[in-house]
Amino acid sequence: MSLDLVANVVIAGLLTGLVYGLMALGLSVIFGVVRVVNFAHGEMLTIAMYATVVLFAAWRLDPFWALVPVTVAFFAAGYLLQAGLINPFITRPEHSQFMLLVAVAIIMVNALLMIFGPDARNVQVDYQLDSFALGKILVDKARLYAALAAIAGSAVLFAFFRYTRTGTAIRACADNHLGALVVGLNVRHLYAFTFGLGSACVAVAGVMMVLLVEVNPSLGPAYTLLAFVIVIVGGLGSMGGALLGGVLIGMSEALAGLLVTPSAKSMFSFGLLILVLLFRPQGLLGRRP
Amino acid sequence: MTARGIALLAVLAAVLLALPAFVGGYALSLATLILLSAYTGQAWNVMMGFAGQLSLGHALYVGVGAYAAAALFFHYGIGPWAGVWLAIALCALLGAAIGFLAFRFGISGVYFALLTIAFAEFTRIGFDHLDWTGGPGGLFIKVAQRDRVDLLNLRGTPAMFYYVVLALVAGAFALCAWLLNSRAGYYWQAIREDEDAARALGIDTFRWKMVAVVLSAAMTAVAGVFFAFYYNNLFPEQIFNIGRSIEIILGPVIGGVGTLFGPILGAAVLNLLADGITELIAALGWEIPGIKQVFYGLVLLVVVMFVPHGIWPALARKLKVSR
Repeated sequence: MSLDLVANVVIAGLLTGLVYGLMALGLSVIFGVVRVVNFAHGEMLTIAMYATVVLFAAWRLDPFWALVPVTVAFFAAGYLLQAGLINPFITRPEHSQFMLLVAVAIIMVNALLMIFGPDARNVQVDYQLDSFALGKILVDKARLYAALAAIAGSAVLFAFFRYTRTGTAIRACADNHLGALVVGLNVRHLYAFTFGLGSACVAVAGVMMVLLVEVNPSLGPAYTLLAFVIVIVGGLGSMGGALLGGVLIGMSEALAGLLVTPSAKSMFSFGLLILVLLFRPQGLLGRRP
Repeated sequence: MTARGIALLAVLAAVLLALPAFVGGYALSLATLILLSAYTGQAWNVMMGFAGQLSLGHALYVGVGAYAAAALFFHYGIGPWAGVWLAIALCALLGAAIGFLAFRFGISGVYFALLTIAFAEFTRIGFDHLDWTGGPGGLFIKVAQRDRVDLLNLRGTPAMFYYVVLALVAGAFALCAWLLNSRAGYYWQAIREDEDAARALGIDTFRWKMVAVVLSAAMTAVAGVFFAFYYNNLFPEQIFNIGRSIEIILGPVIGGVGTLFGPILGAAVLNLLADGITELIAALGWEIPGIKQVFYGLVLLVVVMFVPHGIWPALARKLKVSR
């Protein structure tokens, strides 16, 4: 096995990992603020992927243009989901929240199955076949663009939390729920806003993911698990951790596929997860709860 | 339990014992399925309902238990009555390992739940690559003639399987009733309500949480053995599936977490509901893949929204069966 091959695989894993990271960022932000684990996260990602496929099939809309409507729609849907369905559950026990989101996930997966059937769908754009050559290392164009979009999406989210008043208010909610209520913040609105932001992350990641893999309804639960693995490895509630976890898992998947067998790739991720939970349960970049 | 409750329980027991004499094959298989999910729900309830430790990976113990007994039978002809002890031992060990690692390192709540998922998924993929148990192609136990009862090898008529799983549910019910009123039961409930306070009272929380996990895992292992010999085929993708872990949890959550009767009621409601939806859709002629599960999900959503503590506590008040 040549070094070039390994380098190629690692870089591809890193780029895919950035898209994973953005998806996980959505989960992490929602958990960090609302304290609810979104068990329908991967299902939401597949909905974004199907939305992209539909827009492409109907109007030949390039996934990069599809980013705008899909992200806006996801923000709105996420806001409504939190405001209408999840807000009443924030004071209920964990297993109750889990049940609620599992029910949502079951409905999402099977609604997709009803509408689109079990066959895989994809989009075909010309830059999917192109690549950049850096010496002997080839980088897929589509993968690079997807990773850049993921970085841009993450940067916007970081900036939002850092520099805007709403972002600061949301951070206040996450730090001290009671304190936020006392100073008169509209916590329910901010929770819904946060769920909207998390959903928007999922939307960007999903639209970009269509460039990399074919989509079918059964991907949803697998991506939910992947998102869990990533945020636990990086640190649940830590934004930088989600991106780091995504990159690590992306690279470990790619290497496992190369060195062992592709079907064992998620075993590596789960193994990594178990190690992290045991030796650094707050995750690589997480704070002790 | 009030006298009225005991009378109702006796009536229910009599009905369940007499059931195979009155119903056909399909109803009997549905009843077996209900009892099997009631039993796994009871086992999960020991860990979550009593001790407050949320496991989202109980399919792990079903799968390991099933594979342990089935592999012994398949490779060496060792029957399930010996195999079940291996299954129990393996799952108890596995539960102890997961519990030890988690509780020693102070992992609790959501993190613990996700750790249980991780172990189940890890094992699923592991079994996909384990040739000794058939890998992803599955493990098949020879299907014996169904008209002769061979209890020793757990081969026989559907009625035999029905009575075996009924005995499991009754045994688990008695065990749980005893546990809830024992020292362990009170310790668990103290831990569930407030772990720090329980520790301050001098309860060895680590030890009692371990007892709950090990007991729950061992009980679930028996369900796995039954599963293997009832269905005669095992696939890692199915038996370790996270969907199975979710199914195990749905019954007790719908019925009432931490109650004695909740897992049984929940299992009956869910399975009858799924069956009813299937028949309704067939009758309407709307057979599109996925539509059944969408209905199922919608009903779950409504139940979890409007009956947050489960059906049993509300029903028990209506029936005046508990004090």
